[in-house]
Amino acid sequence: MTEPIPPARRSALGSLVAIALVVGAAAAAFAYTAGWLSPRRLTPDRLVDALAAPTGAALGHRRNHAKGICFTGTFAANEAGSALSKARVFTPGTYPVLGRFNLGTADPHAADAAVRVRGIGIRIATPDGQEWRSAMIDLPFFPVSTPEAFHGLLLATASKDPEAMKAFAGAHPEIGAFGAWAKAAPWTGSYAEERYNSINSFLFTDAAGTRKAVRWSIVPAAQPVAVPVEELSRRGPDFLEQEIVARVRAGPQSWTMVVTVAEPGDPTGDPSQAWPADRRAVPVGVLTVDRIQAERDGPCRDINFDPTVLPSGIATSDDPFPAARAAAYAVSYDRRTAEAKDYPRTATGAAP
Amino acid sequence: MTEIRKRFTPVQRLLHWSMAACILAMLFIGVGMVSTITPAYLTLVSIHKPLGLAILVLALLRLGVRLRSGAPPLPADLPAPMRLAAHLSHYALYGLMLAMPLLGWGMLSAAAYPVVLFDGVRLPAILPQSESLHTLLWRAHVCLAFAFFGVILMHVGAALFHALVRRDGVFEAMASVGPETERAPAE
Repeated sequence: MTEPIPPARRSALGSLVAIALVVGAAAAAFAYTAGWLSPRRLTPDRLVDALAAPTGAALGHRRNHAKGICFTGTFAANEAGSALSKARVFTPGTYPVLGRFNLGTADPHAADAAVRVRGIGIRIATPDGQEWRSAMIDLPFFPVSTPEAFHGLLLATASKDPEAMKAFAGAHPEIGAFGAWAKAAPWTGSYAEERYNSINSFLFTDAAGTRKAVRWSIVPAAQPVAVPVEELSRRGPDFLEQEIVARVRAGPQSWTMVVTVAEPGDPTGDPSQAWPADRRAVPVGVLTVDRIQAERDGPCRDINFDPTVLPSGIATSDDPFPAARAAAYAVSYDRRTAEAKDYPRTATGAAP
Repeated sequence: MTEIRKRFTPVQRLLHWSMAACILAMLFIGVGMVSTITPAYLTLVSIHKPLGLAILVLALLRLGVRLRSGAPPLPADLPAPMRLAAHLSHYALYGLMLAMPLLGWGMLSAAAYPVVLFDGVRLPAILPQSESLHTLLWRAHVCLAFAFFGVILMHVGAALFHALVRRDGVFEAMASVGPETERAPAE
């Protein structure tokens, strides 16, 4: 016959089991929240991983739009923007800008003529200490409707399965418009001849508290000159950077910032849908680029052009992309700044 | 004072339990926000920053109250290893609740992000822009967050051990509400 367990010891054992259950449940809830129990959750890390080439990410560089060149300049606000948003940046005046022209590729050494999408990141600072950061591209709309679809597009593009892209296009017919744009839109020979678009919609709040959904673009003062891509590929791998350096040295380059205001019912939550062309478009100021600096030692290198860094008077809308971009840009920033030894600055070194 | 207090003061208990809620929420918000690309990311980040500052302010207040009011003594029969663990884990908890908000604030400063608390309300940068400082502080913030949660689990386990197994009044020193009951010192 076995000895019966004394009641005191049995109760202690029960208590220890209860304690283990409480602590274990807390740990499990934490692990679930962190995504460790959800291998299929689309995390910022997985989204950024999917951007890398099969050979791996370019260490020390941005994980997308990896090739770029820094600039500084100004934003001169007229007073039109202040009717739409109470943000200080729309009070008439001139505010310093830090920015970066870039190519939509994960390869920092891509040939300029090999990359279809060009972009610009800007950070406008106002004397009240607020900042407006924006990363725009020369596409007039985004290729897909949702961040999850963008992840799917990256996977399909990288897939060795010839059917993968076909299957993706079947599930996401909006990608067709991008294909048509990529084929038909003229190429230009200069970053200064491109129109760049916010793509995503945001909310402007005016002084009375009225909110309006908007998108914005910067429209070049320079006349775009169409150049066949075959001709561009003969200009050398870095012709865009060489051209913008020479062009800005010869004289500042400028763009008019235009804010487009949505009408009720416009697809503010879907950046793959352009708004009708007759929407009210308000020129709010002029962006001027007056100095170019190489990225390696330039002031834009260690700046994250996170499109959710917004001044009071501008906020995110029901467009799901800015949140996804902010989450992914932060991962890209954390990774690349931790890899500074792979992309060392030269200014303080013994460069000849 | 001639009699030895058995419980923490009401202010200490209030601070403890409100901070427990804040810190647990903060740790879950932290690991949750960095694992999602949904719009919840922005919402969680916008809570994480002001809540972090609130915890820093409460932690400073709490440290002051602790230095002034002290703590009830641990039971005389508590084994030395448990006594040591109790002291060390409390140093760790105080250190982490002060360090984590400062690391977060510092890492955002070193990355040249504006530290926005609410619409239009910002904290100043406490460090110059520096990718090496950012990397150091970011890694510390992440690693110590997991360490913090681990220490809290130990703390909860130990508190329940006092409450359910040892039944020595240590748990009640922080957990009980209402007026302090008079009990014989021998109990």
